[in-house]
Amino acid sequence: MQIEETAIACKSPPLTIRDLTVAYHRKPVIWDIDLSIPEGKLVSIVGPNGAGKSTLIKACLDLIPRTSGEINIYGQSYKKMRNRVGYVPQRETVDWDFPVSALDVVAMGTYGKLGWFRRVSKRSKALSMEALERVGLADYAHRQISQLSGGQQQRTFLARALVQDADIYFMDEPFAAVDAATERAIVELLKELQKRGKTVLVVHHDLATVPQYFDWTVLLNMRVVAAGPTDEVFTQENLRRTYGGKLTLLTQAANEVVQSR
Amino acid sequence: MEWYSIDTWIVVIAALAAGACALLGNFLVLRKMSMMGDAISHAVLPGLAIAFIVTGARASLSMFIGAAIAGVLTAVFTQWISRFGKVDEGASMGIVFTTLFALGLLLIVQGADHVDLDPSCVLYGAIELTPLDVVWRPTLFGLSIEVPRTALVLAGVTLFNAVFVVAFFKELRISSFDAELATTMGIDSKLMHYLLMTLVAVTTVACFESVGSIIVIAMLIVPAATAHLLTDRLWLMVVLSVLIAIGSAALGHMSALTVPAWFGFADTSTSGMMAVMAGLIFSTVMLFAPKYGVLQRFVKRTQAVK
Amino acid sequence: MPELSDIWNVLILRDYNTRLVVICTILLGCACGLMGGFLLLRKRSLMGDTLSHATLPGVGLSFMLLVALGGDGKSLPILLAGAGITGVIGCAAVLFIREQTRIKDDAAMGIVLSVFFGAGVAILGVIQKMPEGSAAGLESFIYGKTASMVMSDFHILVFITVCVITCSLLLFKEFRLLCFDENFAAVLGWPVKFLDILLLTFITAVTVAGLQAVGLILIIAFLITPAAAARFWTNQLDRMLMLSALIGAASGWIGASLSAFFPRLPAGAVIVLVAALFFVLSMLIGTERGVMIRSLRQSQLEKRMGRQHLLRALYEIMEGGRVTEELNIRTVPFRQIRGRRTWSDRQLRDYIRRAYNEGLVEAPNKVDSILLTETGLVEAKQVTRNHRLWEMYLIEYADVATSRVDRDADMVEHILGDKMVTRLENKLQAYRIAGSLVPQSPHPIDPGD
Repeated sequence: MQIEETAIACKSPPLTIRDLTVAYHRKPVIWDIDLSIPEGKLVSIVGPNGAGKSTLIKACLDLIPRTSGEINIYGQSYKKMRNRVGYVPQRETVDWDFPVSALDVVAMGTYGKLGWFRRVSKRSKALSMEALERVGLADYAHRQISQLSGGQQQRTFLARALVQDADIYFMDEPFAAVDAATERAIVELLKELQKRGKTVLVVHHDLATVPQYFDWTVLLNMRVVAAGPTDEVFTQENLRRTYGGKLTLLTQAANEVVQSR
Repeated sequence: MEWYSIDTWIVVIAALAAGACALLGNFLVLRKMSMMGDAISHAVLPGLAIAFIVTGARASLSMFIGAAIAGVLTAVFTQWISRFGKVDEGASMGIVFTTLFALGLLLIVQGADHVDLDPSCVLYGAIELTPLDVVWRPTLFGLSIEVPRTALVLAGVTLFNAVFVVAFFKELRISSFDAELATTMGIDSKLMHYLLMTLVAVTTVACFESVGSIIVIAMLIVPAATAHLLTDRLWLMVVLSVLIAIGSAALGHMSALTVPAWFGFADTSTSGMMAVMAGLIFSTVMLFAPKYGVLQRFVKRTQAVK
Repeated sequence: MPELSDIWNVLILRDYNTRLVVICTILLGCACGLMGGFLLLRKRSLMGDTLSHATLPGVGLSFMLLVALGGDGKSLPILLAGAGITGVIGCAAVLFIREQTRIKDDAAMGIVLSVFFGAGVAILGVIQKMPEGSAAGLESFIYGKTASMVMSDFHILVFITVCVITCSLLLFKEFRLLCFDENFAAVLGWPVKFLDILLLTFITAVTVAGLQAVGLILIIAFLITPAAAARFWTNQLDRMLMLSALIGAASGWIGASLSAFFPRLPAGAVIVLVAALFFVLSMLIGTERGVMIRSLRQSQLEKRMGRQHLLRALYEIMEGGRVTEELNIRTVPFRQIRGRRTWSDRQLRDYIRRAYNEGLVEAPNKVDSILLTETGLVEAKQVTRNHRLWEMYLIEYADVATSRVDRDADMVEHILGDKMVTRLENKLQAYRIAGSLVPQSPHPIDPGD
């Protein structure tokens, strides 16, 4: 019986959302979201400001209450699947004066699996160091986090996600205000995660890079405008329906998609 | 300055109280909940008063329990009001503790007939008298030592807090650093919050029975904040804060005996001077700290301009 | 127990002994309520806490100074001036620590509070052992001794509070902008720093004035509680401040009167408890942000949403994905409705029961299917149209849409205006002609079987 259940859980997609509505006061922030993300995809969540991208992620992680709907992670509720979920929060939410080094922050990724009272082992430390190396920050491991540049801070967070060894990741704007080197490092990391069969959902701002970085795309503006493989979904028509007609940038981005095909 | 064994005991007791507070204070400061120490130490008054009125005696255990309950309630009510009423957390803290304090005052005045309780003893404590209550006389290296009850109690509390901080170091760290992240990783940051608040309440009560609430407030916040200016390592910050707390305890008692004499006055309250000494240490560190001191920052800024 | 006439005499201030005290506390409550409102909006409520603790060394030092100059140390104006000076120094220290170091707001306040108060206690400790000075009077600054006030104290208090109230009313516009948007005020060229300091000075003044009346710990409540209580009733600053001052005055009046006719009720404590009572009541029944009104709104929202979901589900099932102008009303099995959304059986039954009571649906064969009534159909049509118009709007005007969407509005026209709605309807019509009911849904509409 136990084995059967696990087998079913493995088959179900990493994330299914049915009928999700989140409302503050009288205004819905996102409504009637139906979404199913297949395994092993790099998914971008794209939409204008105030479209509810962060809200969607936070609802998936049970950080905010939902008005209606159902969210399943590998076919089960988030509470049961917590160990398989990784989260990279927005950078602004963190107190950078906190007395921790980059290595400490990365090692936090192992806390979830450790359980109460257990201390961080040598092995986890080594693992965290390895992850820092992978994002090119080995030399900065013992720096206090406020002494890292914005991009380095973001990479530290990603290294933590690596260490966490989850199966599905939620990342809230990892590309916001980072330098080119960091952007490259992040992209490489995402591809690496994908190679290992992980599913990654990324809130993303830069339309121009969507077709280049992500193979799946969710266009969101309070409700899902379109969701599917990027080259099918990322059309001029869909973008217009997500952002309205005025963005000329959209045309360029869509053209790039056409060219890349 | 004349120094007796009683003075040694006063310093030991003050240092134990200060250390117990400083241990927890680190996490209050990092969670931006510093004022909670202040709130709790005021709000335990009704707990004390009710315990007095119910038992009719200065039984320290019932007093302890009553005050600890009041302290935890402060944290709970503060949380409720800010969550359900959408009131700014600072304001809800202020409302809760002033209300409880007023209630306590009222109860004390009402029950004054059968209760001998002076609110000012809560504020100042009576550290000068604590060494007189001797409960244990062990002999060490042929010397008989008279251990006061308070010293034993506070040693227990300090030890307990130290064990708590060491055992839950990783949970305290992550839930203070980023509560949302901790929650997504299955570490219940709300539970950690209430655990910490309970311990703060218990420590507060254990300490000010003997040393007064000023020491509690000062030692919860000042050593931790001072240590925060000195280091970027959390464990080092905890260790430093305890050392600073012990230092201000010793300096505080010495200066209570000596400083007023410079101006031709008699001695003064040890608790008050401990807070003042902690403040002096903080100011010194604030100005001259190697990395985060005001002077260092100023120098850096002027260099940057050049 | 006091006679009814006694109570009346106290309440209308006929009794000379209590008149002073009651007038004092009313004025104090009024001034504190006003200043507390500004503090609350600047999220600085606990600044009052720090400030009042920081006054203690000032009281002690000026007492010592007076004694050293040969007086008996009982001159209230000088004691209060000392209190005000160290209070302001305390506030300045908080601002300095916060701006010049990595220490955060809360810790800065805690440090200043405890160190200053500790210094105050140490100074009082010295005074107590001074041969000349009986420090007995000074203790009253911590706990307050309303009953011991005399005429000269009264004059000082009235002077300070009236000054503060008048000045803050004159500067109302400036303070409002300071609280609302400091940076904007700075851009306008206003001396923001100066205004900030002025506000803190006023707050120091009322705190110091209240020290003797209610004590330094309970004055904190006067600065926080009425303002927080007023916030539950209104979203407008001027009304909130007025209400806050009113609640402060009322607590002062009721509290001081109560303590006047019951023996051994310390006025300060009673006033604070009365204010707390106002707060609790406001928090529960406040008409703007109160707990009850908000949970009522929330449950109404959920019910309305459930109703709309039900009606729309029924309508769309009957439509069956085809474009028809006239819909035939037919019974719809539960099973099919259940499949449309993620509602639990209990929820669905609840929504249906409510719709049934409103006469929107009926259940002809009782068990497992329901039927829209005529009114129900009209409603369902309206709801579905609204939904589709909003969806259309989001698609057509995605760049400006999100801030204006209020799906709950009964009529889209109310928010978007008739012109816009006509335009949207035309768009919808275009889709219809192309053979689909709605702008194509990103996800296939689940038939629900």
